Amino acid sequence: MTQTSEPSTVDLSVFDEDTVARARQLISRYPLSRSALLPMLHLVQSVEGYVSQAGIAFCAGQLDLSNAEVSAVATFYTMYKRKPCGEHLVSVCTNTLCAALGGDAIFAKLREHLGSEGKPLGQEETSGEPGTPGSITLEHAECLAACDLGPVLQVNYEFYDNQTPDKALELVTALQAGEKPAPTRGAPLTDFRQAELQLAGFFEGRESDLDGPSAAAETVRGARVAADNGWTAPSMSDDVAFPPVPEKK
Amino acid sequence: MVDSLTPVLTKRWLSPRSWTIKTYEQLEGYTALRKALGAHPDQIIQQCKDSGLRGRGGAGFPTGMKWGFIPQGDGKPHYLVINADEGEPGTCKDIPLMMADPHSLIEGIIITSYAIRANFAAIYVRGEALHCIRRLDGAVKEAYAAGYLGKDILGSGFDLDVVVHAGAGAYICGEETALLDSLEGKRGQPRLKPPFPATAGLYASPTVVNNVETIASVPFIVNGGSDWFRTMGRERSPGPKIYSLSGHVTRPGQYEAPMGTTLRELLELAGGMKDGIPLKFWTPGGSSTPLFTADHLDVPLDFEGAAEAGSMLGTTALQIFNETVSVPWAVMKWTEFYKHESCGKCTPCREGTYWLVQILQRMVAGNGTASDIDTLLDVCDNILGRSFCALGDGAVSPITSGIKYFKDEFLALCDKNSAVLAGAH
Ligand SMILES: Cc1cc2nc3c(=O)[nH]c(=O)nc-3n(C[C@H](O)[C@H](O)[C@H](O)COP(=O)(O)O)c2cc1C
Ligand code: SF4
Ligand code: FES
Repeated sequence: MTQTSEPSTVDLSVFDEDTVARARQLISRYPLSRSALLPMLHLVQSVEGYVSQAGIAFCAGQLDLSNAEVSAVATFYTMYKRKPCGEHLVSVCTNTLCAALGGDAIFAKLREHLGSEGKPLGQEETSGEPGTPGSITLEHAECLAACDLGPVLQVNYEFYDNQTPDKALELVTALQAGEKPAPTRGAPLTDFRQAELQLAGFFEGRESDLDGPSAAAETVRGARVAADNGWTAPSMSDDVAFPPVPEKK
Repeated sequence: MVDSLTPVLTKRWLSPRSWTIKTYEQLEGYTALRKALGAHPDQIIQQCKDSGLRGRGGAGFPTGMKWGFIPQGDGKPHYLVINADEGEPGTCKDIPLMMADPHSLIEGIIITSYAIRANFAAIYVRGEALHCIRRLDGAVKEAYAAGYLGKDILGSGFDLDVVVHAGAGAYICGEETALLDSLEGKRGQPRLKPPFPATAGLYASPTVVNNVETIASVPFIVNGGSDWFRTMGRERSPGPKIYSLSGHVTRPGQYEAPMGTTLRELLELAGGMKDGIPLKFWTPGGSSTPLFTADHLDVPLDFEGAAEAGSMLGTTALQIFNETVSVPWAVMKWTEFYKHESCGKCTPCREGTYWLVQILQRMVAGNGTASDIDTLLDVCDNILGRSFCALGDGAVSPITSGIKYFKDEFLALCDKNSAVLAGAH
């Protein structure tokens, strides 16, 4: 008896035809089907707001893997959440550099604000009923590759650069009130589940999301200084030839 | 004399809508591809070897040599995998590059795939970089529509498919063999080497894994030639390099300069230390590279220069800290990172990072003893060189270098307790 024929006791009805079609599409992108597992876990997370037992069973079924195999993968990665997330996921970078510039203070302030009964909100805990409007899951994150813009935080993986505790508090308060303040770089804010659908590789009908600045002002500082000073890389000559085909040894 | 800044990779970033194929083509985009498809693949590998290009992902391995390791005529599929997992603390160059100029990476991917005879390439991007993933996805679609990807590219007979693959939050997946396991849909844990990816990589087939900045350099080398590339930088570390300045500087950001530029020179361009508060310590290439101090301002930042001064070039992620920052605190924070990101596969790293965090947290809380410093160094000794992958080695860098240059600060945290607590252990 193969493991995949184990009786499925979980109800998979939450994954509709569209989701099944998307899962199939993911599989077709890769030379070997199992490579579709990471995107597929993002996909099930976009449906349920976390990776549930049903989500695991769904992926296992699509990929002909056992639930245990899928579960072992899902639990390895930070971005797959094991509890239902809020409408928004707020991730504050508290790695050393951001922390030194105020990241720790930002995280502390948000924990306190989102906590209840005098108890600060813990790592990956949610304020409000998960999934309902204005609910927020809070986490501290490792370096988000935006150190020159630190301290940074993300909402649903969109960047909010150069934060302070007060700015972050204002942002989160607005999110709780149902507003969607624009990220510094990135597309108009949606919610955690829609972001997860995009991470699975589905961007249909969202072409205008590509807009926004090419880069942050910080990103182009060097290029700008060079332009202002007339500095360039040495010029290329017009007739560059390739070296001869090397002889086989 | 070459200029102080040499924007090559970063130049297009200034253009409006720089991420679109339209802007890219107006600025010489996809001209290198046309040239490359007219050449023999081995000529491209040779040109890359001649250029002296070395990997920009941290280790500095010669890129042309890596491509040359791919066995040809072996009948197996070949793969190109782009490491866009950018997670080394301090590193912030690849994400902005892909956000502002994704087509330069895609053009590099097509040329490289043609050279190593790969028909499938994957870009493994860290999942937290959503906007960057979006721009890459858009650019890949544009490239397909323009006939730069897919079947019979520009009538050359060469086929290539590219997939943008989002990771899911694990620093270890930046290690190339862990990345391959992750791309195969598994837990991202490093593989035993050998076999190296060049012989048994993705799906056990010959695979090249290269960093984003490395591959984005390729179209420029094709257009400019290896001699042009060597007009910048130093003999053994040629070319331009994106230096990422962050922290207590007046104007943090990305500065592309010839290899071998010093922090003193870069700081000057970035307006000096923020608010004039003096420099205390910095990382030359991310947190896994041993710390430098104000005594290292004139170290040439290339692979040799950084190594001769006792550190590593890494990813040229210059995280700059002024006198207000406690070294033991910074070291503790970085160690917490390594503990969190240790994949758990080998004991020295899994257990070692756990104990290092315990000791450092106790110290920073003011409950350490002088013997803790020896214990720290002892644990580091058991991790360095004994771990399964380079994450373990990187984890001890901040600690050993921190203690080397700032031992007094660690001692000061412990002194007040030594008399009281020494006997309590
Ligand atoms: C723990 C760890 C994390 C790494 N993270 C990255 C990364 O995010 N990006 C990257 O290009 N290389 C990373 N590397 C280096 C890769 O293993 C590999 O050397 C590199 O991708 C090769 O490309 P290159 O030759 O073009 O530099 C990491 C290595 C280790 C040990
Ligand atoms: S050194 Fe750390 S990250 Fe590398 S294999 Fe061992 S436990 Fe995993
Ligand atoms: S330390 Fe926060 S983004 Fe790098």
